[in-house]
Amino acid sequence: MNSSRRRLMSYGETIRQTLHHAMDRDPSVLVMGIGVDDHKAVFGSTLGLSKDFGTRRVIDTPISEAAMTGVAIGAAVGGMRPVHVHMRCDFLYLAMDQLMNLAAKWSYMFGGRMSVPLVVRCVIGRSWGQGAQHSQSLQSFFMHVPGIKVVMPTTSADVQGLLLAAIADPNPVLVIEHRLLYGIQGMVPSVFRAAPFGQTHVRRTGKDVTVVANSYLVVEALKAAEFLSRHGIDIEIVDPVSLVPLNAGPIVESVRKTGRALVTDTSWVSCGTSAEIAALIAEKAWDRLRVPLRRLGNAPATCPVSQPLEKAFYPDAWKITRNVFEMMGRKFPEGKWKDDDIQFKGPF
Amino acid sequence: MEPVKGRRETIVFISVSPNPPKSQTSAPRAHPVHPPATPPVRVRSLSTPLLWRFYESLLRIRLSEQRISRLYPTDKIQSPIHLSTGQEAVSVGVCQALRKGDHVYGTYRGHGLYLALGGGLKGFFAEMFAKTHGCSHGKGGSMHLVAPEVGLMGCSAIVASMIPVATGDALAASIQGSSRVIVAFFGDGAVDAGVFYESVNFALLKKLPILFVLENNGYAVHSKVAERHSRTDLHRVLAGVGLRGRRLEGNDVRQVYGAAQEALRSVRQGAGPLLLELTTYRWQEHVGPQSDIDGSYRRPGEKARALRRDPLGICRHALLERGATSRRLDALCARTESEIDRAVAFAEKSPFPGVGQLLRGVYR
Ligand SMILES: Cc1ncc(C[n+]2csc(CCOP(=O)(O)OP(=O)(O)O)c2C)c(N)n1
Ligand SMILES: [Mg+2]
Repeated sequence: MNSSRRRLMSYGETIRQTLHHAMDRDPSVLVMGIGVDDHKAVFGSTLGLSKDFGTRRVIDTPISEAAMTGVAIGAAVGGMRPVHVHMRCDFLYLAMDQLMNLAAKWSYMFGGRMSVPLVVRCVIGRSWGQGAQHSQSLQSFFMHVPGIKVVMPTTSADVQGLLLAAIADPNPVLVIEHRLLYGIQGMVPSVFRAAPFGQTHVRRTGKDVTVVANSYLVVEALKAAEFLSRHGIDIEIVDPVSLVPLNAGPIVESVRKTGRALVTDTSWVSCGTSAEIAALIAEKAWDRLRVPLRRLGNAPATCPVSQPLEKAFYPDAWKITRNVFEMMGRKFPEGKWKDDDIQFKGPF
Repeated sequence: MEPVKGRRETIVFISVSPNPPKSQTSAPRAHPVHPPATPPVRVRSLSTPLLWRFYESLLRIRLSEQRISRLYPTDKIQSPIHLSTGQEAVSVGVCQALRKGDHVYGTYRGHGLYLALGGGLKGFFAEMFAKTHGCSHGKGGSMHLVAPEVGLMGCSAIVASMIPVATGDALAASIQGSSRVIVAFFGDGAVDAGVFYESVNFALLKKLPILFVLENNGYAVHSKVAERHSRTDLHRVLAGVGLRGRRLEGNDVRQVYGAAQEALRSVRQGAGPLLLELTTYRWQEHVGPQSDIDGSYRRPGEKARALRRDPLGICRHALLERGATSRRLDALCARTESEIDRAVAFAEKSPFPGVGQLLRGVYR
């Protein structure tokens, strides 16, 4: 795309403008959720919508996630295109019954005669003591059950394209955002256009190790790449922004090239997204693996508040770096490395 | 008393209205089905030492939270904090009426509850700093305080999620034939949630020994009760299923205490669950160390009314009426401050949990 037709925009602002565009174009789009109409507006992502489209289409809901999810499903069945917003993914546990037993099943159990064009947005929290109940990434749960699409946009361009695709799609789509991505700038096309589902992006090309990273972990992987390149190691970063449907092609292709795979994910490892992707690699690139593939996700514990524990809990650039050194059969260079030694401020 | 500087707003530390509040509450409304609620407590019958206990507890909460606000810019408390400032009398009034062995469940806005129950200051501040000696050993943080030794069984950051858990504890108590009463504290936002209705129904069905304390501070984040409910008399929304509910102002600790005592007696005697709706006001922002009492989302006049009905001001005034000297009141203040000093110093010195603790405690 011609760069004169692209603009630099933060992730959060891109969501806001994309929702605005979608509501403007299609009067059946509505936005609902706790706090969507207040001055904080879900980290700014719904700011001004209630002013421009009114409170009939921008609905502050009671704290009733289970029922409100059903309400959103019903509104979708009734002909609207609801976007249901949650400030934290953790609150989706309350919505699970409606999402899994109804939204995901509707099309199939009624013989394909009907569908639920529902979008659910949720935001992953990380850092500053989010703790046990404000930090969780639920993509693995949702990938398990057929009937609901799952995307994790990483860049501003991703979130513009995938949010539009989600709203246009006749199926329920879960859009998982990350709080730490909200402030990062990225180039977005000035023409609003839906991105196709099933895309996997190569964020950085490299020849030594394939690092699969999603959402905010792409930032950490990019930081790791910078450090590693200073030490002569060249990683390739592959980002499956669309988890359902998942296009394993670019992942497999990359692993066949590098012969080494480190699969990272913002959720836990056990039965998780990283497990699924690792299995696909094992199925399709086994013969090319030069070292055993590795996975890196949250430690198998509840997210702790205490800073040293929180740091130990999350995957980050240093853990990626150490794993890559080991996979290359090299020793991690001793030194007093600080977090500031590697940075990524954007833009994407 | 000295005003304490907030970052954007000077918080009047304790506002004593020139015209002392009369010892009365908003008249309790009679329940349509059940006998009328008990009349307000006769405050004269409360002993002066008891009033001092109330005041000491209110003061400990207020001063601890002011200390948290002051410490916050140092980034030593790396955790979202939801302050109880302005709402202290709800926790103190109810908890003072509890007996040893009773069980209490709370929310992420749990500082007041923890301290009102007598949870230790050192464990409190160490948890704010997320250190080893914190009440949750640095793993839970401000939103997940716990102190089973004084009856605080846990605090949850998922709105309404402890209501059914408290109900289950009441079920256990009834099966065990225990004399303990369970108290579930929750905000007006929790009344939005289905589990509230479902739990109340079950508690009524099984006549469980539980007191539901609805701490109505007018807002769920920035959303007013009337923006989430077709009717705002929350204490009566479940009258149809048979829940006896009573609403009273929650800023006069004496009234809260009286109402809680009555309610707890009834629950303890086996009369089944009860709901106390205590109206109060949040002075600070929903989350964070600062005051947003002038926030644009609030209604005009609310601030003035809130400051007039400062729980500490009301209690302090009651003490002055009983002949307390401001010297003695100031001395208590100084003593509490130095207790807090010691707790903060303790918290500063407490080590962070070692990385070996990361995987410990997922299971027991
Ligand atoms: C199930 C759930 N949905 C949303 C949230 C986000 N949230 C945190 S506090 C809060 C408001 C709760 O208001 P209220 O119960 O009145 O308690 P208060 O904060 O006023 O003490 C909301 C919506 C949450 N924690 N849990
Ligand atoms: Mg409230």
